[in-house]
Amino acid sequence: MATKILTEHVAVPGIETFDVYRKQGGYTAVEKALKTLSPEAVVEEVKKAGVRGRGGAGFPMGMKWSFLAKPEGVPRYLVCNADESEPGTFKDHYLMKNLPHLLIEGMIVSSFALGANKSFIYVRGELMYVIHILEKAIAEAKAAGFLGKNILGSGYDLELVVQPGGGAYICGEETALLESLEGKRGNPRNKPPFPAVKGLYQSPTVVNNVESIATTPWIINNGGDAYAAIGIGRSTGTKLISASGHIRKPGVYEIDLGVSVEDFIYADEWCGGIRPGHKLKAVVAGGSSVPILPADKILTTAAGEKRLMTYESLSDGGFQTGTMLGSGGFIVFDETACIVRNTWNFARFYHHESCGQCSPCREGTGWMEKVLHRIEYGHGHQQDLDLLVDVAKKIEGNTICPLGDAAAWPVASAIRHFRDEFQWHIDRPHEATQPGAVYKGDMAASADRLV
Amino acid sequence: MTTETNNTIQFTPERLAKANEIIARYPEGKQKSALLPLLHLLQEQEGWTPAEGMDYVAELLNIEPIEVYEVATFYTMYHVKPVGKHVIEYCRTGPCCLMGGEEVFAHLKQRLGIEAGQTTVDGQFTIKEVECLAACGMGPVFQVREKYHMHLTNERVDEIIDELSK
Ligand SMILES: Cc1cc2nc3c(=O)[nH]c(=O)nc-3n(C[C@H](O)[C@H](O)[C@H](O)COP(=O)(O)O)c2cc1C
Ligand code: SF4
Ligand code: FES
Repeated sequence: MATKILTEHVAVPGIETFDVYRKQGGYTAVEKALKTLSPEAVVEEVKKAGVRGRGGAGFPMGMKWSFLAKPEGVPRYLVCNADESEPGTFKDHYLMKNLPHLLIEGMIVSSFALGANKSFIYVRGELMYVIHILEKAIAEAKAAGFLGKNILGSGYDLELVVQPGGGAYICGEETALLESLEGKRGNPRNKPPFPAVKGLYQSPTVVNNVESIATTPWIINNGGDAYAAIGIGRSTGTKLISASGHIRKPGVYEIDLGVSVEDFIYADEWCGGIRPGHKLKAVVAGGSSVPILPADKILTTAAGEKRLMTYESLSDGGFQTGTMLGSGGFIVFDETACIVRNTWNFARFYHHESCGQCSPCREGTGWMEKVLHRIEYGHGHQQDLDLLVDVAKKIEGNTICPLGDAAAWPVASAIRHFRDEFQWHIDRPHEATQPGAVYKGDMAASADRLV
Repeated sequence: MTTETNNTIQFTPERLAKANEIIARYPEGKQKSALLPLLHLLQEQEGWTPAEGMDYVAELLNIEPIEVYEVATFYTMYHVKPVGKHVIEYCRTGPCCLMGGEEVFAHLKQRLGIEAGQTTVDGQFTIKEVECLAACGMGPVFQVREKYHMHLTNERVDEIIDELSK
């Protein structure tokens, strides 16, 4: 049943070259779209597919496209978000490095649909070697007549520009990305106006994730209905999952949305189980920003059903017992992992990456880092857990961009589900700060039950 | 697109050609978009982004030097202070730590006898702590210039340092 919409040809030698990619059926979606479809018809197929944004927020891509303003005489832009900096997420890196032409083909189809004649791929600057791969692939596609003026005699012109970032997680936020692309500091903009109305250079702009854009060639070749037939309910199609942490086989996997979390972790096809001799303790299912869940809650919903890898099932139970699919950064922790240390590590990340524009985020992330640091290092105060929950609450919903929420959720969820472990650090600092010491509590029992 | 300048730092002719090609990518009047790529080009040439180089970039783009400084200091990749010949950018984020990243990082610092943010006395190595490099499944990870070094162990770190020291 497993469909490989994105990665079917990933193992073919030389697939990163134009010729091999073309031989595997590459660029037929460009031919089909430009020669036989109108831009509106392409948008329609993407809408039918029901594909949701793969950058983290899960907003339906076709709907986003249909919101793009189209004033006369003003250029429109498509910007591909390849900033990929959310801890635990490395699928866009994988996709661009191995299948550069898939992204380029998707960029051509999508730009055509939106009526954009100059489109950008904003890649985090650390991935300079991937930028070179993309630039080479673009030159090949151009030489073959798939980019440039009057593509395939259709009258449609398109140029692709690969733009390096400078190192800043916040530039993954779409309006910060646009600021950065304009050569400025990556400070998120106030919304409205939304990018669909005033985006890059104050022109109507669509920002989409690498993986989202890479779905469009398959959708055009096979139809939106065929795409929507894969998956469950409103979680259509496939998803790239970046699997990391204490599993036997870390890596990037393309799954049909709807696989059970248990199968994803334990089946040989995917993670292959927890590393030998260890037990599952917790999972962060969608990148560092989403709530962490203990073993029992990630495997089953509050109603006792198997949890599935879909937007809906992962969020079942809200923040009390659920989490989110997010970017698909699936981080697995076994019983040797200290949740307090990891929470402090993530809090440090968000503090480091806050752009500093809003005081709840700037001050709150710093405060959370400091308090978590003192708990981890054996100097926690009894009131600290309530204090952390309170700070997290004050950030949530009170900031210009969602980084504030992204910083608050990991802390709030870790305390919600692992409060005893935090309390142990505060009550028994001498024990907790021994090298390699990890809270045993009743956690091991709950994981036993589930394996 | 300026080619004449009084700056002490200038691009080599090849890099200047590349810079002009980059500047021409953006729509008319939006040349400031070339700022981040040009700063990368400057750092590739000089090893860091010295003030004279940033002034030169400002001149090429017809913008104020302050516009360049404020951008260079916002992003983590630009070294606005001198660094060693090899900058080791080490991922310190959670998923890499789960793979033994903290132990390997301690070994790296011990091997070079410096802490994060410092440069060895011979000017060969600088260690810089960075956040997630989008290679978490292949951790622990560090980057030296464009190259990713993954699946690091203490032994692997020693090999890489030996190699770079040659
Ligand atoms: C702090 C922050 C970081 C983000 N980082 C990324 C990123 O690296 N890549 C990405 O595609 N989206 C990222 N996003 C989401 C984008 O703002 C945007 O929703 C997304 O690029 C839209 O594309 P999609 O609809 O195809 O997912 C981030 C959002 C926030 C708030
Ligand atoms: S929430 Fe944080 S990162 Fe986002 S704009 Fe405000 S200060 Fe910047
Ligand atoms: S955590 Fe190190 S690369 Fe992601």
